[in-house]
Amino acid sequence: MKKEAEMEKECRLAAPSKKAVRACGFHCIKVKDLGVKLENEVILEHVNLHIHCGRLISVIGKNGAGKSTLIRAILGEVPYTGSIEFRDVRQKTAEKLRIGYVPQHLNIEKNSPTSVYDLFASFISRVPVFLCKKKPVEEKIKKQLAMFQAEDLLNKRVCDLSGGQLQRVLLSLAVCPLPNLLLLDEPVSGIDQKGMDSFYQTIHRLKTRYDLSILMVSHDLEYVRRYSDQVVLLEKTVIKQGTPEEIFKSREYKETFVSG
Amino acid sequence: MLAGIYGLMESFLPFSFMKYDFIKNSFLAILIITPLFGLLGTMIVNNKMAFFSDALGHSAFTGIALGTLLGIANTDLSMAGFAVVFALVLNVIKRRKTISADTIISVFSSVSMAAGLVMLSKNGEFSKYSSLLVGDILSIQPKEILLLFGIFLLTLVFFGCCFNALHAQSVHEALARSRGVPVAAVDNAFSVLIALIVMFSIRWVGILIINALLILPAAAARNLASNMREYHRFSVAISLFSGVTGLLLSFYNDTATGPTIVLAAAAVFFLSLGAKVVFHL
Repeated sequence: MKKEAEMEKECRLAAPSKKAVRACGFHCIKVKDLGVKLENEVILEHVNLHIHCGRLISVIGKNGAGKSTLIRAILGEVPYTGSIEFRDVRQKTAEKLRIGYVPQHLNIEKNSPTSVYDLFASFISRVPVFLCKKKPVEEKIKKQLAMFQAEDLLNKRVCDLSGGQLQRVLLSLAVCPLPNLLLLDEPVSGIDQKGMDSFYQTIHRLKTRYDLSILMVSHDLEYVRRYSDQVVLLEKTVIKQGTPEEIFKSREYKETFVSG
Repeated sequence: MLAGIYGLMESFLPFSFMKYDFIKNSFLAILIITPLFGLLGTMIVNNKMAFFSDALGHSAFTGIALGTLLGIANTDLSMAGFAVVFALVLNVIKRRKTISADTIISVFSSVSMAAGLVMLSKNGEFSKYSSLLVGDILSIQPKEILLLFGIFLLTLVFFGCCFNALHAQSVHEALARSRGVPVAAVDNAFSVLIALIVMFSIRWVGILIINALLILPAAAARNLASNMREYHRFSVAISLFSGVTGLLLSFYNDTATGPTIVLAAAAVFFLSLGAKVVFHL
């Protein structure tokens, strides 16, 4: 089991502190010539991305364009060619990239006796959750959930949460400990308008307050336009990237989403 | 030591039939097997491995047949060895994801069942092994109880160190991997543990009903529990209760013990289902 002080350090962002760490702007993640081939079919090729900390990058594209595969490659779930590097620009050194990941769905079906505490503690603590509930772990999870106004959900069953509630829980988990890169794979599928607004505001706050980059796959083009710093249009490879205005005006965008 | 335990049982359980040693033995075995199954079953149900553990049970015949063919005196060893290999091979194929898991498990299950039956039935000798189908807990010996106790301890150790990882990977594999959980290793270790437990208890519980004993208590507990602690406590308690009730009923009514225990567990399951519907748990 981790020492409490260590746990505290790892989750230093847990408390909504006023002197929050801002993006330092000196870290960047470089995806160079990334390619993925599955069963002799090219899913992605020559993907080049440059992700600075403090930025929200949205990946858009048609179904089957390889958006989720890109996420899976960065996670190391599928074999890829090319490289993914995390660098400190000042020291010009490569560092180990810490990834926070928010999946689309969990394998938790109705009637599953997994509470939010169980879910969270299974990932951050070694004290077996079937045996006992530890006060320090519980306190830490509560603090973490409080970042996303989800502390009341601690003892609820995960299968009873609404889509929006589940996303808030998964976000709290993904940023504990604070990652360098947060990967969101279509994070708001099946959430109502109000939930979407609050989700994107939360993401925005996260990005401005903490030293991390966010890479998000999304279908909600309107929200992508409003909240992203950079948009990547994907179709096997990056066919266009730039600011939201640049992308939404581009010929490539129109070909993909308007006429296509 | 055994005499001491026997003495304790006689003073705490003042039933007339407790004077028989074979009853004491089977009672002790039930006190070990049922909590073990209750504990293990929770994660079998949670990780959707019910079909997998069933297939493992079916592979017992092949294990015995191979042991006999190879001239291994203790066929328990060949049975366990075969089941471990069987479980690991199934896992490898399952991970390739080219065929759906339930199909591949079904294929393996039927093949190993048929192969075992073919080999064992040669020269009309199958009747020697038919007791394996329903099991016979009344014939268990102290040495075998001790072995079960060892496996029980092993399971506790496994749950103690790997439970969170096992639970995390059941929730989302990629998420677990992204946080450094050795998903494949944990999954393999759990599969091997299931294989060992199924094989070392199959003589007492029986191929036909072993899976019911693994699944029913956990399934009943799911109807009532709202978190992992309740889930495991309920499951172990229901399993133990059904085991003792079933053993007593089978003794009084002169029925096979294993199936009677299953019926007791099934009764609890339906009661819990009723409670869930009535009280909106």
